[in-house]
Amino acid sequence: MRRAGPVLLNPGGGVWIPEASRPSVLGEVLLRTARNGGSQSGGNLPISEQDSPERTCAIMSSQKRVKDSQAQKSTSQVSNSYQTNLLAGEEKEDLNDSKHSLKHGQDNPAEDYGHADDQGEDALQIAMRYFEKGPVKTSQSKDKILEKHLKTVENVAWNNGLAPEGIDVLLNVALSGKFGSAVNTRILKCMIPTTLISEDSVVKAVSWLCVGKCSGSTKVLFYRWLVAMFDFIDHKDQINLLYGFFFASLQDDALGMQPHLQALLSLYKFFAPTLISVSLPARKKIYFKNSENLWKTALFAVRQRNHGPPPEPLKLMLDPAQVRPVKRKWNSYSVIPALNSSSCSKECGKKGMTLSDYLSSNRSFPLEQLKSFPQLLQNIHCLELPSQMGAVLNNSLLLHYINCVKDESILLRLYHWLSQTLQEECIWYKMNNYEHGKEFTNFLDTIIRAECFLQEGFYSCETFLYKSLPLWDGFCCRSQFLQLVSWIPFSNFSEMKPLVFDHLGQLFFTSTIYFKCSVFQSLKELLQNWLLWLSTDIHMKPMMNSPLETTLGGSMNSVSELIHYVGWLSTTAMRLENNSTFLLHFILDFYGKVCDIYINYNLPLVVLFPPGIFYSALLSLDSSILNQLCYIMHRYRNNLTAAKKNELVQKTKSEFNFSSKTYQEFNHYLTAMVGCLWTSKPFQKGLYINPEVLEKAGIAEYKNSLNLVHHPALLSYAVSFLLQEWPEGRTVNMSSIRGKKWNWYLDYLFSEGLQGLKLFIKSSIHHSSVP
Amino acid sequence: MDSYDTPESTPRHSASSRLKDYFIGATPLQKRLESVRKQTSFIPTPPRRKIPQCSQLQEDNDPQKVAFLLHKQWTLYSLTPLYKFSYTNLKEYSRLLSAFIAAEKQKGLAVEVGEDFNIKVTFSTLLGMKGTQRDPEAFLVQILSKSQLPSENREHKVLWTGWFCCIFGDSLLETVSEDFTCVPLFLANGAETNTAIVGTWFQKTFDCYFSPLAINAFNLSWMAAMWTACKMDQYMAATEFLWSVPCSPQSLDISYAIHPEDAKALWDSVHKTPGEVTQEEVDLFMDCLYSHFHRHFKIHLSATRLVRVSTAVASAHTDGKIKILCHKYLIGVLAYLTELAIFQID
Repeated sequence: MRRAGPVLLNPGGGVWIPEASRPSVLGEVLLRTARNGGSQSGGNLPISEQDSPERTCAIMSSQKRVKDSQAQKSTSQVSNSYQTNLLAGEEKEDLNDSKHSLKHGQDNPAEDYGHADDQGEDALQIAMRYFEKGPVKTSQSKDKILEKHLKTVENVAWNNGLAPEGIDVLLNVALSGKFGSAVNTRILKCMIPTTLISEDSVVKAVSWLCVGKCSGSTKVLFYRWLVAMFDFIDHKDQINLLYGFFFASLQDDALGMQPHLQALLSLYKFFAPTLISVSLPARKKIYFKNSENLWKTALFAVRQRNHGPPPEPLKLMLDPAQVRPVKRKWNSYSVIPALNSSSCSKECGKKGMTLSDYLSSNRSFPLEQLKSFPQLLQNIHCLELPSQMGAVLNNSLLLHYINCVKDESILLRLYHWLSQTLQEECIWYKMNNYEHGKEFTNFLDTIIRAECFLQEGFYSCETFLYKSLPLWDGFCCRSQFLQLVSWIPFSNFSEMKPLVFDHLGQLFFTSTIYFKCSVFQSLKELLQNWLLWLSTDIHMKPMMNSPLETTLGGSMNSVSELIHYVGWLSTTAMRLENNSTFLLHFILDFYGKVCDIYINYNLPLVVLFPPGIFYSALLSLDSSILNQLCYIMHRYRNNLTAAKKNELVQKTKSEFNFSSKTYQEFNHYLTAMVGCLWTSKPFQKGLYINPEVLEKAGIAEYKNSLNLVHHPALLSYAVSFLLQEWPEGRTVNMSSIRGKKWNWYLDYLFSEGLQGLKLFIKSSIHHSSVP
Repeated sequence: MDSYDTPESTPRHSASSRLKDYFIGATPLQKRLESVRKQTSFIPTPPRRKIPQCSQLQEDNDPQKVAFLLHKQWTLYSLTPLYKFSYTNLKEYSRLLSAFIAAEKQKGLAVEVGEDFNIKVTFSTLLGMKGTQRDPEAFLVQILSKSQLPSENREHKVLWTGWFCCIFGDSLLETVSEDFTCVPLFLANGAETNTAIVGTWFQKTFDCYFSPLAINAFNLSWMAAMWTACKMDQYMAATEFLWSVPCSPQSLDISYAIHPEDAKALWDSVHKTPGEVTQEEVDLFMDCLYSHFHRHFKIHLSATRLVRVSTAVASAHTDGKIKILCHKYLIGVLAYLTELAIFQID
């Protein structure tokens, strides 16, 4: 009984409203029945096993409370008419009412009644009050007044539609049986929403149906209205809980022969035979015709008149082809399939399942109801999967799910779908239409979002890169495409180089500096993703045997090949771009990751930058580059020191002992840096320049010219420092910065934000050697 | 699209352990990836193929059904493996697909249910239509119209036909698990709207993906060579090539027809490896045709685009349309098309 609709009616607390004319009374009664847990009135019986909802209602209304409420209701009606009688005629009441409502202004729901003119608005308010209070029994002009108010409501509704509050009131009126059937029909026919219909109103209306206050034809009309307006209902959670009730009610003899409802039942019976127990004529032609939809034209007219942008639900109801006239894809209106549970045919096909079994059995959890992470956790063992796996891309909860599921089929389905969709949608792969470029970009964005969310690349994207990179112009969807590169799953670099990086290289060398920078950016992210993956994986399963990358050493090899490739790329790029500072920033950014592999990722790898990058940075005119270089050298030192320490501790000869070449290389760079910046003895080893040449160039005294004071990147700091300390000084004597002043100067540099330099000096230079 | 926040710490353990599984190359997905890498890094097609042999149809084939497939123009599609497709449920599929078609066709107008469709859908297997025993059974889907009159004439008119097959699909079969049915080649004849509806239903029901299968000039040359190489008792149709010259305002088509026996003679003169066709031979065969044409018309056909090849065995258009004429070489033709389809879904 858990899911069988009416029991769960009014789940929002079942508040008892002691006002006789409120159907929530019923909601309360029903709720109580459920809580009684089957101790009486068959509360535990599934709906379908009862003869009809009529019987359900009969059982329900046998309860005392309902009787009470009926009694209360008649009293209230009496007092109502009594009050009215005290007033001298209908006109007066109207006047009073209108004044009353004007006074209250903002509280009045009628304020919202669209663009009707004032007069119409007033009349509508009066009419609404009239309907809310109910008819006046003794009045002679009763029919006339009713007719007048009905007309008013109809006019407003057909012209501008009704606000949610108005629909709420009128639904109540139409189904409560206050008026005759003819009036109810007229009211229902003009229930055209301006914007939305509140779910609450519908739930209340359904509870009225249980009381049996309205005729069969009114019920039918209400159901038709519900079908027509379904897309306008603001929420559907509670309505979804009522399906059991709907089916039971529709199978009721009183309604069953209505062609529209029969058609609806036949459709359900076709796809879910176990849900419908009533026998339906098989040979009869049954239709849902658009023209028979009473409300469709009115809805359209109201929308036209109110101008404003059409509310979202309306779009759903209209032919989607109007929204997107040209559609090359089969019958789908977005690239990513909608989230639908697997076709229920497999389960529904099983014979001998009753409606109640179907509704209450411990079946798998429908995807459509999956809204929160706790729900996912509770139902993870019985989650229904989407019929088209591609739908997970748009749903973060399902992404969580596929992230931990071990089912190979799920991943293969996603792989095939994504591979083919990328191929079909890719605007340059088949050299077809560039008009869908925006759509393709959005699709790639969605994929990248999912990859970031999962912190993992899709294999489909990798194969897509293999196929499409040779045809890429380097311009289309550049940002997305390079992001896909950075999410290539970790694998053997040398195997991947001809498939991805050689093609990327060709574009790289022939493109602008901005493209080059973007490539370095994405290669940095690729390196980071690989390192993250390796660092977590290796510590979980050390040295797993694998035919592809047999050892950790193999994996490290792959990473080191990537770094060497980027080293080669960056050296060449620096030459091509005339040592651009801008480009060098991006390159050093990459090495900012490289220098910290040992400590940050706990992976046994230290690769130094190539000389082309080191010297370009050391001799740069830009202080931030020099600062960046200092920081990287500092980190290299820390990493190498840590590695050395570990080696000494372990004593054993592991295959990851760094070759002495790495240390030599580092020491060489370090010597060069200290020689230039600190000791003013630059390039003492391996570099000889004929003094005559230097003399000719006017820089015979070159030894100082690269120290912290004279280095072109820092010269302006030195001048500022001197001017700041001795503002009166007529001449600036650079050579005066020595001894104590040298230390002050250092502090000045550090205070100017050169933190990399600070770390470098602290770690790499013994202070005894102050010049 | 719901927005997701990139979590600070993702459950990396599960993810990476899964990755590791792929990484060691044990899973079908990894096999797929490997095969794609291989295919992409080398020349997409193998440099040699077998010349189609005489009737390779398995013995249990239904000659009437096979005859039905010949002499019709089919539009080709590639199709990713079907998830949870079952040959025992064909009847149920007929029922569901016909309901789906009825609903789609009458969307917004009317819905009929039960027995009242004026169309009927049938699923049936095409026995014997396979290259090896491992290939899954081919199957046929038809949309039939039902006469409105309850007359004695129960003959249904065929509105649309489509069939699914896999001939020598080993390379694909190896890379999927048992939940999948691999029929990578789909051929349709009838209104495109029907193809779209049926395709949509398959995509929704079996989580597969249809893509139109175009045949590029390179593959058309291969077809020309392979089909010319087939032994024929008698030639029922001429060998004809169509080239397209993109020029303004109208494109220019060049048709080049040869007597089939002359074509065969030319082929025999360039052909060396018995039973096989090599890339060199294909190139040589086409070059001979080009130079012959150039001698007479001073037009370099190699600078134009080959768009259609017709032989006595079959004819194929670059748009992905094919007509199979010769019963004997049906399997041979389908094997090559299956190969192209698999290449596209890789």
